[in-house]
Amino acid sequence: MKTRKNLPLIVKYLIVAAVYALFLLAGNLLIKNKVIGLYYTKVLMVVAINMILAVSLNIGTGYLGQLPLGSAGFMAVGAYASAIFMRKVPIDPKLIFPVGIILGGLVSGLFGLIIGLPALRLKGDYLAIITLGFAEIIRIVILNIDKALGITLTYGAANLKNIPKTTTFTNAFIWVFIACFLIKAMMNSRHGRAILSIRDNEIAAESCGINLTFYKTMAFVVYAFFTGVGGALYAGYLGILNPSGFGFAKSIDILVIVVLGGMGSMTGSVISSAVLTIVPELLRAFSDYRMIVYSLLLIIVMIFRPTGLMGTKEFNPRGIMDFFMGRKKRKEER
Amino acid sequence: MKKIFAIILSAMLLLSMTACGGGGEKEAETIKVGILGPHTGELAVYGLAVRYGAEMYFKQVNDAGGVNGKMIEVVNYDDQGDATMAVTGFTSLVDDGIVALVGEVTTGNCRAVVDEAYPINMPMVTASATATSITYDEETKTVFKNVFRTCFIDAYQGSKMADFASKELGAKKAAVLYLSGDDYTQGLAEAFEAQCKEMGVEVVAKEAFSKGDKDFNAQLTTIMAANPDVVFLPNYYEDDGMIVTQARALGIKCTLLGGDGWAGIEKYASAADLAGCYYASAYAAGSTAELKAFEEAFVAAYGEDYLNMFAATAYDAAMVVVEGLKAAEAKGAKAGEEDYKQAVIDGIDQNAGNVKGITSPSGYKFDEYNNPEKDVVIMTIKDVEGVPTPTYHMNY
Amino acid sequence: MSTLSLIIKQIINALQLGSIFALIALGYSMVYGIIRLLNFAHCDIIMVGAYISWYFMTNFANMPYLAVAAAIFGCTLLGVAIEKVAYTPLRGSPRISLLITAIGVSYLLENTAQLWLGAAAKSVPPFFKVTTLSFMGLSVSTTSVVTIAVVTVSMTALTLLVQKTKMGRAMRAVSEDSQTAQLMGTNINATISFTFAIGSALAGIGSVLYCCAYNQASPTMGSMLGLKAFVAAVLGGIGSIPGAIVGGFVIGLTEVFVSSIGLSTWKDAVVFLILIIVLLVKPTGLLGKQVNEKV
Repeated sequence: MKTRKNLPLIVKYLIVAAVYALFLLAGNLLIKNKVIGLYYTKVLMVVAINMILAVSLNIGTGYLGQLPLGSAGFMAVGAYASAIFMRKVPIDPKLIFPVGIILGGLVSGLFGLIIGLPALRLKGDYLAIITLGFAEIIRIVILNIDKALGITLTYGAANLKNIPKTTTFTNAFIWVFIACFLIKAMMNSRHGRAILSIRDNEIAAESCGINLTFYKTMAFVVYAFFTGVGGALYAGYLGILNPSGFGFAKSIDILVIVVLGGMGSMTGSVISSAVLTIVPELLRAFSDYRMIVYSLLLIIVMIFRPTGLMGTKEFNPRGIMDFFMGRKKRKEER
Repeated sequence: MKKIFAIILSAMLLLSMTACGGGGEKEAETIKVGILGPHTGELAVYGLAVRYGAEMYFKQVNDAGGVNGKMIEVVNYDDQGDATMAVTGFTSLVDDGIVALVGEVTTGNCRAVVDEAYPINMPMVTASATATSITYDEETKTVFKNVFRTCFIDAYQGSKMADFASKELGAKKAAVLYLSGDDYTQGLAEAFEAQCKEMGVEVVAKEAFSKGDKDFNAQLTTIMAANPDVVFLPNYYEDDGMIVTQARALGIKCTLLGGDGWAGIEKYASAADLAGCYYASAYAAGSTAELKAFEEAFVAAYGEDYLNMFAATAYDAAMVVVEGLKAAEAKGAKAGEEDYKQAVIDGIDQNAGNVKGITSPSGYKFDEYNNPEKDVVIMTIKDVEGVPTPTYHMNY
Repeated sequence: MSTLSLIIKQIINALQLGSIFALIALGYSMVYGIIRLLNFAHCDIIMVGAYISWYFMTNFANMPYLAVAAAIFGCTLLGVAIEKVAYTPLRGSPRISLLITAIGVSYLLENTAQLWLGAAAKSVPPFFKVTTLSFMGLSVSTTSVVTIAVVTVSMTALTLLVQKTKMGRAMRAVSEDSQTAQLMGTNINATISFTFAIGSALAGIGSVLYCCAYNQASPTMGSMLGLKAFVAAVLGGIGSIPGAIVGGFVIGLTEVFVSSIGLSTWKDAVVFLILIIVLLVKPTGLLGKQVNEKV
């Protein structure tokens, strides 16, 4: 294990990519052979989408140290942008869907820029509520824009239907990888350290010559971009969109995932997305008491482990892999 | 501590993996039917009404010996009103080996499920999704042959109520107050407005409120100022009960109209406030012996809370499903095979006319778009010694 | 109806709506002021209060005072219990963990209520006979009058409590700087519990007024109401008592104004737009204190 520390970065990345490719291959094989049933495949796809949403919110909360509550709004923008594109474009959706997903991310990122520039002047709870406000406005605009302008774009409450269902197990998890990789790469760079320094002490960071507005906006736009990607995958998963699915509760759900996983820990977000998506399914054994058990679990975990499952620890890209190998990684890191 | 969590986590993952293995097994003795809908959360009252209504009928069938000697096993799935969970829930039910589905409850989620069910030809009967798009897709001109419903479509009752207001009540000016963001209420409101134009009734005010609003005074004051002859409230009974109360307190004295979402409103507004209002309904509650028996049995089993129109239409939906199952069993098809599902669908298509539904005693005949051909019953509410009593007014 | 009386009527509507928002916003604001927590469970305390009102009004219909007392007492007790069980263990933890706990408590209350009492809304019998008062050709329902009056009285009482009593001084001290306050001999735990008690008692009053005006109790009734009240609190300047009142009325007025000019579908969007504009111009809300950053 020790020797791996000295491997060049690119080799480390290649190892991780190879392991991940193996995971995808194994997953696909299991699905093909019906070892993993259709239902669990669907659950895994939801897990993947939640992972993307969580790791991107983690940029805003964990890395930047703010509390944006606008995930539902950006998700809606990404989902609708990509869905409208996928519906209109006459090319085989199986080929064109990466374009749709990137488009969803870009449009959402643009909204992130427009919203982030003014919103990021605020801090803490005020930033939380202002982003929540923007998200609600986005939802209401999507709901009413057709009527107001006399067009058929979003179909409002009547549902945007017939969206090509392009999201699969494989491409959802490929996007999880891309999101994690790019976010990690950003955080390991000069820019990432600038963002972390803003979290730790804004005033000190500013006096060191770090452009606060630029880096805050950058983190926010990346958050919006990947949330939009998550939204686009969500559209491709569901095949139908309704603005009511992007309410305030959705943002809260994602925040719960991130906090429970441990803010500032990407591995935490990833694991907690899986746990919080799968646990309610497993709790079905409790039938009617399910939601009560779930909320009790939430309270108990927070009381006994206030920093979340993984704490605030930072991980390197080996984190996911090492986690499953047990304690070794922790010793190494210390 | 961390290790413990890691162990718990991996245990959970393992558990979920092993659970996958068990999904595909089927038992020969029972016929599995799925019920999918929101059993918790904001829409639970409708989801549970559907669930209990359908469960009650299946239980009665089982008590009478089942279908072809086989018991019906109900598999429930609570999707909390979330579209994602509705889709995963549906696949979960399919993995569990269901041969037919009662649900989903809301239009949006139902359509999401239809998109999954159509490619695998899974028979489904919804008791409450009222949008046209559930059984017919306009863009692709596809009729979803596997999907049936036992409720009206939005446009139908919306325009019927406009007709009724104009012809029977002689209204010249109408107002609408609807829940925005909901396809059912919006669908009804639009159909009503369109038909009003047709009939030469002027829509003097069209106001909206959003989900969770409890104060309608502002909208009602605007409506009052426009001085309409009738106000159409195409929402669900809990909201409409509140609206009626507030409207009367404000001094709106004109006739109030509603859609089939009004069934059950008598629990949420006073007799004095409701007297003389009309609403469209799929059936006249308590009007036949069958309905009375159903209502009594339902209240005895599940309480009064969930006895609304969806409970009755779900009871019928279960009846329609059983008709399909009978046909498939008679054909000797084997559960889990394509033939079986097709046999159920054919059975519903051909034999549902014989189903003496409690909300449609003349049977369920489905038109080319798989919508039931049912009369609209106009109900009126009378003040019987201070108790608001829905009373049969006319077939329309 | 003449335009003038229409306008006056709408202003009364706005005052009634705004006063309920203000009362609930106060609960958010007080708790936030003292432990910097967005207490998501606050709106569910109102839900519990509404169910208590429902229970007493259906079983002891001729004793509305009993129902009022029970609702207020029950809410106070619940608020303090939640604080002791769920929030106190987390006092030293990151604020966001506290927030998630509050969300958990909120889910717990909603789902328990649904399982126990059913998902259907309960109709709460009227506390008093609603009549319409006519005054110079203007009709006002007694509900509006009672709501506005009760809210005015509660707010005056609260302001006096916070400004003039020893406990009030302790509350202000803790919210200003809890560590210094502790050094000066203030009992932090007692003060925080007292704040929760007052905030929840206001929720209890709010729940009774809610039942008077809207006569229904349902498990999820708190969610939208809570969000609006929360927005009101932030708009006015969270942590500030007059701010919560102003915020409540601003939201009430906005909603009614937007609805009355025929844009009711855009009502919520306009509320949030105003919130955003206010926060951008005055980042701590209308009456919030500007805190200077110390290096």
